[in-house]
Amino acid sequence: MTAKIVLTVAALTLREVARRRVLRALAVLTAVLLGLSAWGFSRIDAEFGGLTSGEALMASTIVLNLVMFGLSLIAALGTAFLAGPTMAGEIESGIALAVLARPVRRGAVLLGKWLGLVVFGSGFVIAAGCAQLLIVRFTTGYQAPQPVAGLALLAAQTTVLLTLGLLLSTAISPMASGIVAVGLFGAAWVAGVVGGVGTALGNDSVAQVGTVSRMILPTDGLWRGAMYAFQDPILLSPQLIGHPLVGDAPLAGAYLGWAAVWVALVLGLAALAFQRRDL
Amino acid sequence: MSLDTAERRPEQAASAPAVWCSGLRKRYRGRVAVDDVSFTVGRGEVVGLLGPNGAGKTTAIKMLLGLVRPDAGEVLLLGQPGADPRARARVGYLPELFRYQPWLTASEVLALHVRLAGVDIPAAEQRESLALVGLADRAGDRLGGFSKGMQQRLGLAVALVARPELVVLDEPTSALDPIGRADVRDLLLELKSRQVAVLLNSHLIGEVERVCDRVVILDKGRVAAAGTLAELLGQNELRLRLDTVSPQAEQRLAAAGSVSRDGDNRTVRLPADLDPATVPDLVADLVRLGVRVHAVEPGRISLEQRLLDILRHEEHA
Repeated sequence: MTAKIVLTVAALTLREVARRRVLRALAVLTAVLLGLSAWGFSRIDAEFGGLTSGEALMASTIVLNLVMFGLSLIAALGTAFLAGPTMAGEIESGIALAVLARPVRRGAVLLGKWLGLVVFGSGFVIAAGCAQLLIVRFTTGYQAPQPVAGLALLAAQTTVLLTLGLLLSTAISPMASGIVAVGLFGAAWVAGVVGGVGTALGNDSVAQVGTVSRMILPTDGLWRGAMYAFQDPILLSPQLIGHPLVGDAPLAGAYLGWAAVWVALVLGLAALAFQRRDL
Repeated sequence: MSLDTAERRPEQAASAPAVWCSGLRKRYRGRVAVDDVSFTVGRGEVVGLLGPNGAGKTTAIKMLLGLVRPDAGEVLLLGQPGADPRARARVGYLPELFRYQPWLTASEVLALHVRLAGVDIPAAEQRESLALVGLADRAGDRLGGFSKGMQQRLGLAVALVARPELVVLDEPTSALDPIGRADVRDLLLELKSRQVAVLLNSHLIGEVERVCDRVVILDKGRVAAAGTLAELLGQNELRLRLDTVSPQAEQRLAAAGSVSRDGDNRTVRLPADLDPATVPDLVADLVRLGVRVHAVEPGRISLEQRLLDILRHEEHA
């Protein structure tokens, strides 16, 4: 019965996404980004005829990471602003009253929402990411070394952020939860860049900033893992250590495990907060 | 020691009341919303929940349905503990704040609630629920374009679609026009005839008086009074305008109940549980005794008057 409720609510969430304007807005933004990147990559190929093959490769792989960051930002904004309204908005408007008066556990409803959002968010980054990788391949001939792992990590990053959005939406208003989630995502990214600068300068305490923020909110850590999977090993030169668009090392299995535990913990916390909330 | 029926925990699920709650309490930020509320709704019984704004009616209803966590107290729905979601499998609910997914069509909302309720209701029966509330021709329309009244009608269909044994309606006519209100009254009477228990919170006292078997009056979070309409409203009275009243006729009147007289007008106080034959028999006897009967007017204290009396009394107390 609980599994049926989870799947019913997940399907409902996907239908909501499909019917609301979010999907259209995301599709337009993504199309614009992909179009611009296709144009840009074709120019790299045409204009930089004088570059050595190594320089052209470096340009392509860095720009690919930049565009992928754009995609992950769109996914982050989309899911954070979707996760907030979908829970907090339904509590505020009263839609949740009729649903939760049914013989359903609140945890099952929350899990269903989460599952629907994960399918949507992951589906979006994987589809848009695939399109991007194909564009790069056809315009510059560059082929990412581990495309599947990279896309999976992007999907994981989206999952982390929407789980956070869901937790926030059980406690604060719809708009606030979206803003706070995106704000934290940005802060984690900036902390990652600061940590990178610390690494480049050999300053351990500054480098710690990035490490700690990656533990508190794993979005940046997963993003760096994704960059590593998309980029050519040529970028691992000493001059580029700490560069915001370069992943320094592959993700450790333990870190992936921590990200999974983090998601489970935050989701459990969200379920607990939602369970205790008076409607 | 004697225990009130509302305080004795019913054991048998099948014959248990539709609603049984005892000692419900809820405080919000130090303010008492519901304080030691106990009542029952029997199977097939229609019970009205009355009281002024802020009396705690909606909070009490939400505690019954697991939407608000009581600070204290116990709830059984259809014989099962209210804390267990399965207790709500046969419960339909129309919230006071009725809103449904605006991106779904009316029939999709019903299908969703049928799935959530875990029952198998054929599509034709779901359509009948929509027809019952006058939305048959809007089944395929998205709710985004529905008026408030139409959404409330849909809410009624949602409450009724999963073959409930208990229906909880919180202000079911707040957004409806007079025709809609009459429709809801008919719907309530039909539920009553089908032995579906109803807990009705309505500020339209006339509505409550017409359909409810019993009434629970809440004031400042407490049960101020509860009982059948007859118990709450007390005696019936019969106002008569008569002339040529013989001593035998006077005796016959006195036998029916205590009589007060004002000129040709007499008022006879009759018992609360009035036998339907009492008044016609009395009039027939009076006519046989040569009394000329100009007017016969049965009267009763209105529920509204009684409610005001109870609430004012509480205020003074």
